Amino acid sequence: MSEVIMNLKVNLDDTIAAISTPIGSGGIGIVRLSGSEAITILKKIFIPKSGKPVEEIKSHTITYGNIVQDGSVVDEVLVSLMKAPKTYTKEDVVEINCHGGTAAVSGVLRACLKSGARLAEGGEFTKRAFLNGRIDLAQAEAVADIISAKTDASKKAALSKLGGRLSEKIRKIRESILLTEATIEAAIEYPEHDEEEVTTATAEEAAKKALSDVRGLIDGAAYGKIITAGINAVILGKPNVGKSSFLNYILDEDRAIVTDIAGTTRDALRESVNIKGIPVNITDTAGIRQTGDVIEKIGVDKSFEYADSADVIFIMLDGSKALDETDIKILEYAKGRKAIAIINKSDLGSFGIENEVISYIGEENTINASVKEDMGLDDVFERLKAMFLGGEVNISDEAAVLSERNLSSLRAAEKSLENVIATAEGGFPQDFLSMDLTDAYTSLGEILGESLEEDVIDKIFSEFCLGK
Amino acid sequence: MENSNYYTADTCDVVVIGAGHAGCEAALASARMGLKTIIFALNLDSIAMMPCNPSIGGTSKGHLVREIDALGGEMGKNIDKTYLQSRMLNTGKGPAVYSLRAQADKSKYHTEMKRTMENTPNLDIKQGEVAEILTDENKKVIGVRIESGNIYECKAAILCTGTYLKARCLYGDTIIESGPNGMRNSTQLSQSLMSLGIKLQRFKTGTPARVDKRSLDFSKMKIQKGDEKTVPFSFENEHKDISREQIPCYLTYTNNETHKIIRENLDRSPLYGGVIKGTGPRYCPSIEDKVVRFEDRDRHQLFIEPEGEDTNEMYVQGMSSSLPADVQIRMYRTVPGMENVKIMRNAYAIEYDCLAANQLKLSLEMKDVGGLFCAGQFNGTSGYEEAAAQGIMAGINAALYVKGEKPFLLDRSEGYIGVLIDDVVTKTSKEPYRMMTSRAEYRLLLRQDNADLRLTEYGRKLGLISDERYAAFLEKKRLTEDEIKRVKKINIGPKPEVNRLLRELGTRELSNGAKLSELIKRPEASYDALKEIDPERPNLPDEVREQVNIQIKYEDYIARQIEQVQKFKKLEGRVIPEDIDYSLVPSLRIEARQKLENIRPVNIGQAARISGVSPADINMLLVYLG
Repeated sequence: MSEVIMNLKVNLDDTIAAISTPIGSGGIGIVRLSGSEAITILKKIFIPKSGKPVEEIKSHTITYGNIVQDGSVVDEVLVSLMKAPKTYTKEDVVEINCHGGTAAVSGVLRACLKSGARLAEGGEFTKRAFLNGRIDLAQAEAVADIISAKTDASKKAALSKLGGRLSEKIRKIRESILLTEATIEAAIEYPEHDEEEVTTATAEEAAKKALSDVRGLIDGAAYGKIITAGINAVILGKPNVGKSSFLNYILDEDRAIVTDIAGTTRDALRESVNIKGIPVNITDTAGIRQTGDVIEKIGVDKSFEYADSADVIFIMLDGSKALDETDIKILEYAKGRKAIAIINKSDLGSFGIENEVISYIGEENTINASVKEDMGLDDVFERLKAMFLGGEVNISDEAAVLSERNLSSLRAAEKSLENVIATAEGGFPQDFLSMDLTDAYTSLGEILGESLEEDVIDKIFSEFCLGK
Repeated sequence: MENSNYYTADTCDVVVIGAGHAGCEAALASARMGLKTIIFALNLDSIAMMPCNPSIGGTSKGHLVREIDALGGEMGKNIDKTYLQSRMLNTGKGPAVYSLRAQADKSKYHTEMKRTMENTPNLDIKQGEVAEILTDENKKVIGVRIESGNIYECKAAILCTGTYLKARCLYGDTIIESGPNGMRNSTQLSQSLMSLGIKLQRFKTGTPARVDKRSLDFSKMKIQKGDEKTVPFSFENEHKDISREQIPCYLTYTNNETHKIIRENLDRSPLYGGVIKGTGPRYCPSIEDKVVRFEDRDRHQLFIEPEGEDTNEMYVQGMSSSLPADVQIRMYRTVPGMENVKIMRNAYAIEYDCLAANQLKLSLEMKDVGGLFCAGQFNGTSGYEEAAAQGIMAGINAALYVKGEKPFLLDRSEGYIGVLIDDVVTKTSKEPYRMMTSRAEYRLLLRQDNADLRLTEYGRKLGLISDERYAAFLEKKRLTEDEIKRVKKINIGPKPEVNRLLRELGTRELSNGAKLSELIKRPEASYDALKEIDPERPNLPDEVREQVNIQIKYEDYIARQIEQVQKFKKLEGRVIPEDIDYSLVPSLRIEARQKLENIRPVNIGQAARISGVSPADINMLLVYLG
């Protein structure tokens, strides 16, 4: 079935939402809603401190209150409510000013989406402004250029951020869904061929496996595993300087957003942690925690590859020894990049490498610490926060938007797979499994930017020998 | 037209070129809509000829036949008259994929179709090769010239040339310049089309050998009989109208010995030797293809099917080939039951010119040549049913064109015909296109059982459905709707006789009351199975009971599919102006711009289905269109 259609979100009647400020450019983030349902959606999630009902709020005023979802407060916010037509899009517009940092902004957006808003496509607010006659074609064309540039860039970003492992995982789930679907379809198209037919029980089993995999991804995502909104950080350092202890320190239960979900840790490309309210994705090679020395074995060169795409680099140095060749190599690499050097083992006495380190990356980025004694690490985090708030290190809003989009795609796939299982258990004929299998396949494809086209038919003819 | 041999022989509204399955439906539709129609065939003995498999229908193809019938076409009626065996396949897999297929008596199929055409008012049948399409200065069709120089003036022409254009048949190093089945090919028309600026491409397909029944040992094969209660294709017929003694088919298998012979002689196949340049379909693989691509399989199914009641020729389904004759006889003789087989007609591959179908509008009219319509295998499809489906649509639209009326289009949510034509026109296929149920995204709605409910109204409006048939249709519709309403209202209490029946059916007993419709939805139950606990049930015909059962049983899925259709309709409703200049749409990617320019979709939905046009491109387009 034509997936492009399914991917398309060109409906003008629905209400769209997005984070409309670059996350990380300050403490405040704005979630914007536009569309006929904007106020209805607000009503579902916003409790004004004044106790005044949402529908009584006057247009073009600001109201203070809480965004609440599932009974718990997501963030304390200021809400600007602007009724059509005197708004940017000429539709009802609600802007929610969040204060609680990136995680809160994301949470507020999620609340909006759960309450009926659809995630806006890049540039969609502007598109609506144009379509509703708010801006002229020249302006819209300028926006159009940006949308197209961003769409390409964001596709790339999505793929690189999702990384090999995760997309590999989604590909595997898709592949199993496709095979199940193709097997059902082959038997339908060629009822007399003696190809092995899939039984409903087999299809159900495959759907269950896929569902559990998808849920694993959703659970991960909900806690930040694949949420790409975050500073991408990499730890560089030669073996035995304390990288692993530093990582373990960061990942201790207070800071770790992700608790260890069986089966997912090994495959995680990165760990998402919350440092001083800032989401940080620490990228690592496989099995950070299980096989702590793997990273050491892989060596420094491998780490450079990760560092190339990182927003910030943590350099681990052993303060009790002189800098050696490898240390210098790392410092050379870090020169001119956003980096914080942690001179570890300061508790064992200084070897006097500090000045040399400063010469590479500057005084403010050079910090004496001891992971073992929990010394100086707060300074490291404060420095990171300063970089972030000062705008030196930024997170693009595309990334944040993408992660929400991926999550909605995963949820859609989850729903479809649940339907497949219900259909199988309800004793319906196999044809009824197809609709939802196809939908699940399509939703997962959206994450990878891949379309359905003739995949099922291609699969049928590559797997089975059919035809007169 | 200065040649002195040229003279105007006749004048008509519509000329149909080719009298295969597309041409027959096209000519009948046009004539029945009151237009003076002339159909040309290279040979009148090849009208509605079945040069490949001796059967009509099958998965998704059976759907097409039912839809053609609902629109007032002929294929369903003709196979009902001439079938040898009929089966409803896939009955365990859901009502949307039920698959009606009948073995045809090829000779009778031809004779009956020819008879129908000969007795249709407004329709003239002529033998001759159309050599040239004549157009005026606005590139609108004004007539055709046949090889003798005779000119037939017309307002519209329909190309249904099948596999005849510059066709050649091959097996081994034997190359015969002919159309299918030894029929003469068409040598001049391709050039005329190209000089009109029409782009042609080269496709290939193939067919297996026909063998002598007397040389087969059926005791070594598995017999395949027809259904006891055969179901007609045409909504005009009932089981009793078509009941007859059926002729069986037989199943046998190739083996490693067969495969060995094939492998050893691959270099003698024009397909593998590089002689054949056309693109073949994946779903009609030759036995060479099967053996090469599925190396580890030690056998392939073969169905031995009768070609007719009055002939000993049998069709060997599953073993089409272009290997030389000596290899063919050796490989066929390795098959159990075929040890002494005598081949009557060799298997062969055929190459032919066909259209790059993105030059067509959805009405099947050429975008650049006014009044020139195209249907069937010429459009790059395969299959009799696909051809007939396009034929009836092209016939209808040529007639509407002549009358100066708007074209008749079916979209993807209305029928397989809509899916077929949209795919053919929108997607650039590199191989012959075959209809498949997996191509129909709304197939739960596009069932073969409800084709009449979906399309009869259209057929009626077009003037292709008789009063009598229309009245019967309205009655069926009314009975179905009333009965569904009634069943949804009936409450069934947990009475002993109710629970006894439920127990017998192997489903949960009731402790509270339930609606009858809810009980029908249970997988173990059905409308018919619950008859005895529904005393007020009226006596209803088979097809009404079937509708009630399906519409209630699968109500929830059907409702979800209807929702999907509504979304689809929104995009289809966003019309792209015919004169759009894609070079003015900002920020389209080059590939998308080329594809859009090439295919010129009529609405956003169609644009989005073009492979190579991304959602971002569609956004650009929407912004541009405002």
